[in-house]
Amino acid sequence: MDVAIIGIGLHRFGRSPDMTGMQQGASAVRAALTDAGLSWQDMQFAYGGSQDAGNADALVNELGLTGLQFTNIWNGCATGGSSLHAAYSAIKSGEYDVGVVVGFDKHPRGAFNPQPKEWGLDDWYGETGLMLTTQFFALKTQRYMHDHGITEDALIRVSEKAFNNGSLTPTAWRQQAFSYEEIANSAMVSHPLRKYMFCSPAEGGAALIICNADKAHQYSTNPLFLKAAAVRTRHYGSFEVFAPSQAMTVADAPTVTASNAAFEVAGIGPEDIDVIQLQDTDSGTEIMHMAENGFCDHGEQEKLLREGATGINGRMPINTDGGCLANGEPVGASGLRQVYEVCVQLRGEGGARQVPNQPKVGYTHVYGAPGISGVNIITK
Amino acid sequence: MSQHVPMHEGLFTWPSSKPQLLGSRCNQCSEATFPAQPDCRNCGSRDTDIVELGDRGTLWTWTIQTFMPKQPYHSDETAETFRPYGVGYVEMPGGVRVEARLQANSPEDLQIGMPMQLDIIPFRTEENGEQKMTFSFSPVMET
Repeated sequence: MDVAIIGIGLHRFGRSPDMTGMQQGASAVRAALTDAGLSWQDMQFAYGGSQDAGNADALVNELGLTGLQFTNIWNGCATGGSSLHAAYSAIKSGEYDVGVVVGFDKHPRGAFNPQPKEWGLDDWYGETGLMLTTQFFALKTQRYMHDHGITEDALIRVSEKAFNNGSLTPTAWRQQAFSYEEIANSAMVSHPLRKYMFCSPAEGGAALIICNADKAHQYSTNPLFLKAAAVRTRHYGSFEVFAPSQAMTVADAPTVTASNAAFEVAGIGPEDIDVIQLQDTDSGTEIMHMAENGFCDHGEQEKLLREGATGINGRMPINTDGGCLANGEPVGASGLRQVYEVCVQLRGEGGARQVPNQPKVGYTHVYGAPGISGVNIITK
Repeated sequence: MSQHVPMHEGLFTWPSSKPQLLGSRCNQCSEATFPAQPDCRNCGSRDTDIVELGDRGTLWTWTIQTFMPKQPYHSDETAETFRPYGVGYVEMPGGVRVEARLQANSPEDLQIGMPMQLDIIPFRTEENGEQKMTFSFSPVMET
């Protein structure tokens, strides 16, 4: 049984000072329902998640107490990917025909401050200043650059592209393009990553209405199809966030295994993808994720970025809406924002940021602590 | 005289004139981990022993923490006195890469592959006067 996406909704990422995170989630659900031409009463089930803005199932207080099954999902920054995978499985099983996936968040300003106990670690790890996501991505990027001959030029070009794409995206939080020099001269935060190479925790909501593909045309004239959804955790030896030690032999990241699994289910390969969304909480991770998801070889990124291959008009457009760098990261919603953007592109509704030549196949990848990746493949 | 107490028991030999990092090694698959834990994250065996990982290693990767982390970070510093610190993974002869604070905090002083030595350093002072000690690495001085 196939799974269709028949409605997409976004509550703009950034700051919504007059709204709670929960209200931003409800706003995204209403937008997705309107897009699908359905009502909340039509929803048979829901999966949702949020890190800092409350239990997702409390959304029924805003949307209506209809008695539907509503399951909360929490998988770190990969929450959106995990929520969508759960909904995909619910449809695949045949138990439900139509439901909603929602993510929302509202984080305090500044870097995240995870608590060791919630991740199976002792207090000393956080107290001595080793438990920062920014720090981890800098450490991983530093080693990756060393191993694969990547220079700062590639880090700058990822950010340059992200903010350029953000400036073309009416829903993006950061709408200002930055020059190469502005990025190169921005303050160093965690070597080798500078200020304009990091995304910020933010606010926002995203929702999708998904249904049994056999019934999609009852609801929608332009359904899209979720061909594959895969979520994987880390293997022994993969180099992951919140790890006081690492094995001597580095194993494939969960992104590699999730990506392989999704391509296998979809029966296609990276060369078949027309538009790509990769987790880019900083510019180093986008570079690493390009190769981990199979879109290039390790080390090839530098040349691809210099050629503009990952730009909107390039041969592998990545993060067409500016990604996390230009949209910020409301953790619960971020993975679903990626799917939203791929759907916009496949529908041909991207406006100034539309990928040319009518893209038909899209790909999303989200990564979360302590080593979780979720990959989705979406087709026309 | 103030008392020097480890941040957490079992991270390193203490008190000691030549402290060593402590980890655990699996008797089934031989993989080591830090900090010590009773079960092996590679093979799932519970047949593990606490072992010394050494007091020297090589720098596998590094960064510099330039801003003062929020809570749960708990040092004696204030926003005014905060001093950037290095962070790295150090490859230990015991067969594991250990994440640690580095005493060097300037990119000129850090390079992947350089030899590093373990230092047990005071990290913060408690209200009762106890000094909490943590592990850190610094580049091995040329001799």
